[in-house]
Amino acid sequence: MNFEEHAAKPLLKAAGIAVPDGGLAFDAEEAAALAEKLGPCVVKAQVPAGKRGKAGGIALADTPQEARNEAARILGMEIAGHPVKSVLVERQVRIAKEFYTAVLNDAATKGPLLLFSEDGGMDIEEQHPDALVRIPIDIREGLRAGALQAAIPQIDGVAREKLLDVLAKLYTAYADNDAELMEINPLVVAQDGKIIALDCKFTLDDSALRRHQELAELGTPEKLTELERRGQKIGFKYIELEGSVGVLSNGAGLTMTTMDAISHYGGAPANFLEIGGNAFVLGKQALEVVLGNPRVKSLLINFCGAIARTDVMTGGVLEAWDEVDPRVPVCWALGGTGEDEARAMLKQKLGVEPLPSMDAAVKAAVEAAK
Amino acid sequence: MIVRGAESVLVQGITGRQATFWSQRMAEYGTKVIGGVNPKKAGIEHLGLPVWGSAVDAAKDQDKPIDCACVIVPPPGVKSSVLDALKAGIKKIVILTEHVPVHDVMYFLSAAREAGASVIGPNTAGIVTPGECFVGFMPAFNARVFKPGCIGVISRSGSLGTLVCLDLVQAGLGISAFIGIGGDPVIGTDALAALACLDADDRTQAVALIGEIGGSMEEEAADYARGMSKPIVAFLAGAASPPGKKMGHAGAIVMGDKGTYAGKKKALEAAGVAVLPTPSMLPGALKERLGV
Repeated sequence: MNFEEHAAKPLLKAAGIAVPDGGLAFDAEEAAALAEKLGPCVVKAQVPAGKRGKAGGIALADTPQEARNEAARILGMEIAGHPVKSVLVERQVRIAKEFYTAVLNDAATKGPLLLFSEDGGMDIEEQHPDALVRIPIDIREGLRAGALQAAIPQIDGVAREKLLDVLAKLYTAYADNDAELMEINPLVVAQDGKIIALDCKFTLDDSALRRHQELAELGTPEKLTELERRGQKIGFKYIELEGSVGVLSNGAGLTMTTMDAISHYGGAPANFLEIGGNAFVLGKQALEVVLGNPRVKSLLINFCGAIARTDVMTGGVLEAWDEVDPRVPVCWALGGTGEDEARAMLKQKLGVEPLPSMDAAVKAAVEAAK
Repeated sequence: MIVRGAESVLVQGITGRQATFWSQRMAEYGTKVIGGVNPKKAGIEHLGLPVWGSAVDAAKDQDKPIDCACVIVPPPGVKSSVLDALKAGIKKIVILTEHVPVHDVMYFLSAAREAGASVIGPNTAGIVTPGECFVGFMPAFNARVFKPGCIGVISRSGSLGTLVCLDLVQAGLGISAFIGIGGDPVIGTDALAALACLDADDRTQAVALIGEIGGSMEEEAADYARGMSKPIVAFLAGAASPPGKKMGHAGAIVMGDKGTYAGKKKALEAAGVAVLPTPSMLPGALKERLGV
């Protein structure tokens, strides 16, 4: 789950890292009132997307009137497909230096990784690899002071102890909040020597949501289509796509592969849907959601059971068949745990045989959608 | 990690519904399941096997060290189960549970490293040595899907791994070891480690590597593949997946230019690995490279 700047910064503050004074505004008048209190300020669009500055979503305002105008302009914008619904109004900081820093879960070292660079403001993918300091951390030990001392360079005009202290606190914020990513970009040294986090990006590990219920409400809800929302309510992962071949498959890997095969044979998938794990008894709902997409011209049912049994999944879908009454051509491929029973059920209920392989079923479904 | 028929297996969480079903399948197939763990049900019998309060207690009752632990407990209990298994001196740990918090995963992987133990998963469908034993949620007992042979299979996904094994067996090939490595972003045995394991395995003559979009595991495996003499063919799932969306597996997400299909394909091909557009083409490519 992603958190916008205004929802992420309080976590830094709680860990003892300074952030600019400010507040969230939902209209121009609220922005002006905040500016009245703060003095010269920055008005920042709150959207779950990067490059807000380049898109014109961040503006300086020296007076409340300017804050009102900028807020009105930014609140009318759309950035990377997200309409701006609120702006963060913060006191301006006189910047002497800007850094990049983050702590993230690193798959290669299988532990937390602290990153630091003197090139603040630039995204991580734009950072020069040589300029990027990488500190792998053993999560059982936490961040050792010696590791920071050894890896972070001496920087002219920066109080070193203060900087190392902020980095240690960033690690605390990451560890306390089950972060996938806790990023400060830029971390600035103000002209008065203070070190301040001007921005923050936080991604919470979805698997750890249950132990951070208080945070869950502050995160950015995923942008979902009507059908995607229905899928989420029922409890499966459905992603609506542009194509015309509806996909009903089991397991994330097999479903992705089914979509790939549809593309390979000249078609386009209409959806991703994972009906594995505990969702395999949800045949009826799955069928309804997939066929609820008006672009679907054919339906491909591809089950290859490992943990989820092919006969149970097939049974679930067939049970719902009469009620849902699919009006598009349906192509079946069945393999794995319980495939013989599944074939027999299909034969008995609909009088059809599955196609001999996944590829054969995919080709037939692509052809039928044309 | 490979588990062979002579090795003993302890199922942590054996009394659960899924664990009961699969422990029974494992034992029927020939896996040496010695019993299970449930802290609240120590002392009972389940499936005719003893249940201990901890892996440490289970180990005390054995003449020999327990070879392998299979973890099928709810996500909040996985960390303590793994630490318990490590304390019991178990050196192979297979974690089937999905949705384990990543900070917990990093914690017990660090502890496992220190203990010199290998971890498979979390979120793996398990591992299979056809004809001998399996640990996990795989249809090893389906003779259309699994037969002994010389192909090592590595897969992040259980369902897709099953399809690949089915294709291989239907084409007349057999499998030396199936290694399900799991669909999570941080896992104990990554594609590189699994490849090294099959490289060292006498029974394996060629490898089918089944990857996925997301992360950089396939790219790292490509570096190792370059130095391997056994032929490798690969399929990567997710070419048709939209960027920025988690495709069911927590690890399967393309962010910016990281984790893309194109990047992985390029890295593997540069290392001499054939990357095929559909899994059905894997058996043909393997036969060609093995000259059979």
